Amino acid sequence: MATDTQPPAPPTPPAPPARHGVLSAGRAAIAARHLRTDRWWLQPLLTALGLSAFVVYSTWRAFANAYYYAEPYVSPFYSPCLGSNCVDMPLGARWPLFGEWWGLSPALLVLIFPLGFRLTCYYYRKAYYRGFWASPPACAVAEPHEKYTGETRFPLILQNIHRYFFYFAIPVALILTYDVVLAFRDEQGAWGHMGLGTLVLLVNIALIWAYTASCHSCRHIVGGRLRHFSKHPVRYRMWTWVGKLNSRHMLLAWLSLVSVALADLYVYLVASGAFDDPRFF
Amino acid sequence: MSTYTAHFRVWRGDADGGGLRDYRVEVHDGEVVLDIIHRLQATQAGDLAVRWNCKAGKCGSCSAEVNGRPRLMCMTRMSVFGRDETITVTPMRTFPVVRDLVTDVSFNYDKAREVPSFVPPEGVAPGEYRMLQEDVERSQEFRKCIECFLCQDTCHVVRDHEENKKAFAGPRFLMRVAELDMHPLDAAEEQGLDRKRSAQDEHGLGYCNITKCCTEVCPEHIKITDNALIPLKERAVDRKYDPLVWLGDKIRRRT
Ligand code: SF4
Ligand code: SF4
Ligand code: FES
Ligand code: FES
Repeated sequence: MATDTQPPAPPTPPAPPARHGVLSAGRAAIAARHLRTDRWWLQPLLTALGLSAFVVYSTWRAFANAYYYAEPYVSPFYSPCLGSNCVDMPLGARWPLFGEWWGLSPALLVLIFPLGFRLTCYYYRKAYYRGFWASPPACAVAEPHEKYTGETRFPLILQNIHRYFFYFAIPVALILTYDVVLAFRDEQGAWGHMGLGTLVLLVNIALIWAYTASCHSCRHIVGGRLRHFSKHPVRYRMWTWVGKLNSRHMLLAWLSLVSVALADLYVYLVASGAFDDPRFF
Repeated sequence: MSTYTAHFRVWRGDADGGGLRDYRVEVHDGEVVLDIIHRLQATQAGDLAVRWNCKAGKCGSCSAEVNGRPRLMCMTRMSVFGRDETITVTPMRTFPVVRDLVTDVSFNYDKAREVPSFVPPEGVAPGEYRMLQEDVERSQEFRKCIECFLCQDTCHVVRDHEENKKAFAGPRFLMRVAELDMHPLDAAEEQGLDRKRSAQDEHGLGYCNITKCCTEVCPEHIKITDNALIPLKERAVDRKYDPLVWLGDKIRRRT
């Protein structure tokens, strides 16, 4: 039957409950958000606990502004000491570049560099995206978020500046190395001595260097960005070497995190008088 | 050293719906999950749809999810499961299902087509290509890929967010971009195609948050994240966020 009237618009159906991700239309209809039967939650849990423990400890120590120097050791959290309010460290790296106006803990002035380095580190990113943000909590376990844009926008697009923190990490590691050299003295400043604290700082700096050198940006800068390794044999060798360290980047990230906290704790214990540094010679 | 009866739950259905169905099925020594699926087909579920080909982990056809983990059925040994464990087999949950364990993976072929292919260098005839081993080694790792698409299936960027499928190529094809960008003879740049920039601008590299699930599931053990995606991110930084590199390139191009 011919008619020029439009058929009435069908009533709008009630909006279906939002279904996204693995529950999207067209995918295999499975109500469970994941079907993993192993302990997939263990790793993100341990990661979150480990990182939280470090954050709590380092926040306390960074703001404490005390017990960070015990001749001849200086805590890695407070070195170099850039504030004028640093304790008198006759034997430590102390450059009061910041004037009197800086009243807070001098640790805050230097800690932003290692903090930025680790926050933008490719491994730590993985660790906290999984452990704290559940994005994803584990592989093939649906994440709880409705939307996801990854590192395409502000603020996460800033992760791309990681290499600058890598550049800054080198002078920081050099200064900590200098601190270790200074630690080969006794309390009066005479050279050629060593105590347990020297060993603690030495292990710490070795791990920090290994972590820094195993950085993905480092791997890229030393050779990864080349197209023809054959034309750059030295850089190729360096790239290969950094690549070997890089495959252990996660391990080094954890070891150096623990060692830096332990080194600080050691100085704290000695400086506060809770522990007497055993001298070897 | 014996035969036993296992409890399987297999997803049966199609795009209109379906569910997990229970089966009791015999298992012999040395078998893999795909063997059991075939036994089900032969004995109790003649119409069970499953895609497979080589049974040797080389064709990439038998991708599925076993106890919630993306895997090749032909490479998943029954001996890794306890005898009284229920084994759940579902199709890949990132792609539209066709029937039973078979999914429509055309998303991946669309993404493959979006990556501009190798650009032959000018003045070098095919057959005259000469490359040194150290120059091709890196991209050779990526060529082990069997296109099983388990990495694409696991990647949360598209698995958990259907709407990202448009913008994101997925680990397999970002790895392809990396492979070509590292290729010693690819002449894309001379032809005005900047693969480093387009990795981010056109193939969605920024969506990847380097959480490494692609690496975790790859049956060829390709270090997708460490060797392809992160290096590609660093290359994109060279182009887009590093004024030093930008300046260096400018000066060098002038001379
Ligand atoms: S590392 Fe990136 S590409 Fe690989 S699964 Fe994770 S988000 Fe996806
Ligand atoms: S990269 Fe690995 S997981 Fe991804 S398609 Fe290739 S073989 Fe499969
Ligand atoms: S420090 Fe971890 S990637 Fe650079
Ligand atoms: S059947 Fe070929 S990879 Fe499993």
